[in-house]
Formats: sequence, structure tokens, C-alpha cells
Amino acid sequence: MSAVVFSPRRIGAMVLRHVYLMRKSWPRILELAYYPSVQMILWGFIAKFLTTNSSWVAQAPGLLIASVLLWDILFRSQLGVSLTFFEEMYSRNLGHLFVSPLRSYELVCSKLVISLLRTLIGVGAAALLAIPLYHYSIFSMGLPLIAFFANLMMMGWAIGLMVSALVLRWGLGAENLAWALIFAFAPVSGVYYPINVLPGWLQPLALALPSSHVFEGMRAVMIEHQFRTDQLLSALLLNLIYLAAGIVIFLAAFHAARKRGLLLYIGE
Amino acid sequence: MSDYAISVEGLTKRFGRLLAVDAVSFSVSRGSTCALLGGNGAGKTTTLSVLLGLLLPTAGRVTVLGEDILRHRYRVLPRMNFTSPYVDLPKRLTVAENLTVYARLYGLKNVKPRLEELSEELQIGVFMHRPYGTLSAGQRTRVALAKSLLNKPEVLLLDEPTASLDPDMGDRMRGMLINYQRHSAATLLLASHNMLEVERMCSDVIMMREGKIVDQGTPQALLTSYGRSNLEEVFLDVARRRADEQAMRGAT
Repeated sequence: MSAVVFSPRRIGAMVLRHVYLMRKSWPRILELAYYPSVQMILWGFIAKFLTTNSSWVAQAPGLLIASVLLWDILFRSQLGVSLTFFEEMYSRNLGHLFVSPLRSYELVCSKLVISLLRTLIGVGAAALLAIPLYHYSIFSMGLPLIAFFANLMMMGWAIGLMVSALVLRWGLGAENLAWALIFAFAPVSGVYYPINVLPGWLQPLALALPSSHVFEGMRAVMIEHQFRTDQLLSALLLNLIYLAAGIVIFLAAFHAARKRGLLLYIGE
Repeated sequence: MSDYAISVEGLTKRFGRLLAVDAVSFSVSRGSTCALLGGNGAGKTTTLSVLLGLLLPTAGRVTVLGEDILRHRYRVLPRMNFTSPYVDLPKRLTVAENLTVYARLYGLKNVKPRLEELSEELQIGVFMHRPYGTLSAGQRTRVALAKSLLNKPEVLLLDEPTASLDPDMGDRMRGMLINYQRHSAATLLLASHNMLEVERMCSDVIMMREGKIVDQGTPQALLTSYGRSNLEEVFLDVARRRADEQAMRGAT
């Protein structure tokens, strides 16, 4: 008897599981938008101040707000993958999931879809709030925004899958990585400043991150009014490598969990 | 088509230096109900986990419904199901939401009528719309049983299926499982410490100790061979033989 090797219906079932969870808890929805909005408000005021005190920021008043919103896309997409995976662990549900016909890569796909939904809700709300508060619309960036968004989502997914793999291997003791790991990328991603500010020895590391190409590309669009295809392609190429690595590491952790018998017992 | 729904050959599982299951071989006939008995740490849950593909064995071959579970588990998983006290369902989702998600995962076309059937059979209708996390242990056990029957499995693996149920509800659930098995001709393999449950439900018994099969047969054959009147006494004989052997080893 053959089996369906890729089922959108099963992926839909896993998405539904998280939609059920979100829709019954308005604090959860609020929490998705809360931190991106607070960050945006804070950086909005900083930008307002710096616009009158910094010629660099004055070139593009919305620069810092755009930076913080794009950074949150990366942060939220990573959390969207890892936190929804932790949900299964907290509820000791992995044993049931993995004896159902759900395949591990379908689980991965469902996490990516949920991550997209969570990011759109969270960062979308903050982006809309920036319009009346600071008269800045990130949507005015136009088509390049879609390219930046897609690349940051991909990088967030890759890191989210790696964090999930670590937690599958080491248990929920490694949970704090979900919150902390991404911040290690912030200083070298050039979120708020150009990469050339970094010391020479750190710049190759920065250029090995898809995020730094996205933020360089964003500054090019906002300051020089040009779309840097080279930055976009570099980000995309790196992202494909990162995402492939994330998937391989997660599936390897899953295989190791099957060997060690963790799928039945892992939990709170 | 093989007469056996489950066939295990030379199954071994080692966790580091611990030998959890030691070259176990057994078969379970199609349409029968078989019990895996043994004390804590005997290897029952490990064996069930391998049968489900949740755990990779160190050695051995496992066939379920004619498919090699290690190579083709996804061919057979839609035709199987299981329940165990070691796993749970998302606590913030209601019972209906949990069952809907799993019904979709198992590819059920008509989810609502199936949930209504199970709600009636397992008497879970009263708390169908309550969050799973607010249910008592006994109510959760019934919901877990409902989840395990969603896809009308041909092979049902049950780890302590009536744990946490009061005697009345435990008896009803056993009756329900017996009816399900008779009407669907499904194969049931259960790990249990409840000997009355095993006597009532099972046509075959496999006794495990320290990862090995130490005896097997029909409940009646085991009673005769051990000269006992119930399976509880047989179980104690098997478990205490180990203690006696250890004492003998210590004395010499």
C-alpha cells in the first residue's frame, strides 16, 4: 500500500492546531504585536531625536524604524518556528504526532506556515502603528520590502529549526536559546549601522550572514534610492544554505531522538 | 497475506550499556488480542515504541500488517494507532479541537460524524468542549482512547489503556474495546499491569522480564503450566522467580 508522501491536509491540521490556540487567547495575539510595537515606538523616538542631531540619520528619517521592523521579522520568524515546536514538547504531544501519518518534513512545513502567520500579525501591527505615530510607512519601500521580508523569514526559519533541533537533543533546558541565540546575530548583522563600522576581522563574518546583506540592501534603498541586486542574491544564496542546514540538522536531531527513545518521554 | 498482524524477530534495543530488549521474537495473529506482561522495566513500552516506529531498534526486524516498520512505517501508520500514559494531548485545546486535529492528521474525510460516534461510545460528550488540561486523569484516558480509535485502526497498541479509570468506567472501556475488536476484526496488543483486564480481553499473553520473553501462551495454558488460578499469581511467580534467582546468585 502506498502512502501520501506530502499532504497539505496534514500540514493544514498542524496549522489548525496552532490557530485554535491563538484564537482562544487574545493575550497571545496581543503578545505577538506587543514587543514589536514597543520596540518600534522606542526606536521611533530615538530616530526623531537623531534626525535633528545626526546628518546620517537625517538622510532617511524612517531608517531606524525600518531597521527595527525588519529585525523583528527575523526575530519573530525564528520564534514562530521554535516556540511552536516547544508547544508540542510542553504538552508531551510528540509521541502522538509521530505515530500519526504526519511526516517530520510536514511538521517542519507547518511550523514555517505558523511562523509566517505569527510574524505577519506581530510585525504587521507594529508597521501599521508606525504610520500614524511617526508618519513613516515601511510599505513605501515597495517591492524591495517583499525581498527583504522573504529573506529575513528564511533566515529566521533556519535558526528556528536549529534551535528546535538543539532542544530536541538537550531537552527544554536548552529553551532559553530560542530567545537568546538570535541576539548573537544582531551586532554583526548591521541592523542599525553599516557593516563597514565593524572591525575588519569581523566583517567577513558579517558578510556570511544573510541578514547583513538584507540590512545593507535596505540602507541602499532608503539612502541611495537604489535596489542592490547583488546584496539580494547574496542573501538568497546564503539563505538557501542556512535553510538546508536547518532542515538537515532538525531531521538529524529527529533521527537521533528516535534512536534514543526521546519522542515518547520528552516533555516538561 | 500473512496470518500475523505483528511479527517481531530478534528485536534488540540497547541504550548505552543498558540492554532494554534482548533478542525478542514473537508474533500476534490477525484479529486477536494479545497482552505484553511484565514488571516495571521489563521492556514492554520499549517494544511497543519500536512497533510504532517511535524508537529505532539496535537489531531485529519488525513487520506490521505485512510492512517492515523500519523501512515503510508511513505505509502502515494510517492503519495503526496507539495510546499511552507517557504521552498527552495539547492541554489548552478542547477535546473536540484535539480530536479534530488528529482526525485530519489521519486523513478522515467526515470528521464530525466520527467524533459524534466516539463521543457516544466513550461517553466523552459532556466534556467535548472543555480544554483537555482541565479534565481528570480518567477523563483524559477516555479522550486518549477516542484519539486511538479515530481512524478505526487495524492494529491498536495500548499501553495501560484503562489506567486512571475507576472500576466502573474501566469495565465499560474494556467492554467497548472488546466490541471494537470483534466488529472490526482489529488486532490489539496491550501492555498492562491489570491482570483481570488481561484475562477478560486477551487470547494470548507474552510475559517479559528483563527485556526477554520468559513465557507465552493462552491465559488458560499459562494458568495450567504454573498451576495457578489467576494471572496475577502467574505474574507474581514470574516476577519473584527473578528475585529468587538473584538471591540464589547472591548466596553462592
